[in-house]
Amino acid sequence: MIDYLSILLYVQIGLASVCLYRIIRGPTIPDRLVGIDIFGILVVGVCAIISIQTEKSFILDIGIAWIILSFIGTLALAKYLTGKKLNE
Amino acid sequence: MNTVSLIFITIGILFNLLGCIGIIRLPDTYNRLQAATKCVTLGCCSILLGVCFHFGFSDAAVKALVAIPILFFSSTTAAHALIRGTYHFGIKLGKKSVRDDYKEAVK
Repeated sequence: MIDYLSILLYVQIGLASVCLYRIIRGPTIPDRLVGIDIFGILVVGVCAIISIQTEKSFILDIGIAWIILSFIGTLALAKYLTGKKLNE
Repeated sequence: MNTVSLIFITIGILFNLLGCIGIIRLPDTYNRLQAATKCVTLGCCSILLGVCFHFGFSDAAVKALVAIPILFFSSTTAAHALIRGTYHFGIKLGKKSVRDDYKEAVK
């Protein structure tokens, strides 16, 4: 059982590093931002699987904090793309 | 209970795999964001549901259950803001796209 869970964890980490390809080699700026957004969501899945493997619950707290920080960061970057200031 | 959680996590990782294939292979920024956001959000919600089934009645299950609506609403809102910013930044649609309804709504 634990071995199967380790395989799932490695697959999820591999999928998160696939997003780095789009961040490094996106043709335009919005492609890189899409990669950053999706990377932030995939890391939450990695945190959830690690919390099963180690049987500790505080790693889910790290996941929730990561969701909220990624949300605020993506909103700020999208505001930067439209060319307005942050208080408009 | 353990088998049910493993089944949910496997389904979630399959959804994530489809989303990552979309983010690599699709030709356009809009197509990439659409495919990736849908699949990855549902996949991570399924993984968190599997965590909730694994822990049963405990604090970790409540944390996983709280994380599901936060993830769902925040990721869809961020994707909407990002795609609107992309359109105003001036990225053109791909060659195979046929209609642009948002152009009339902006005027």
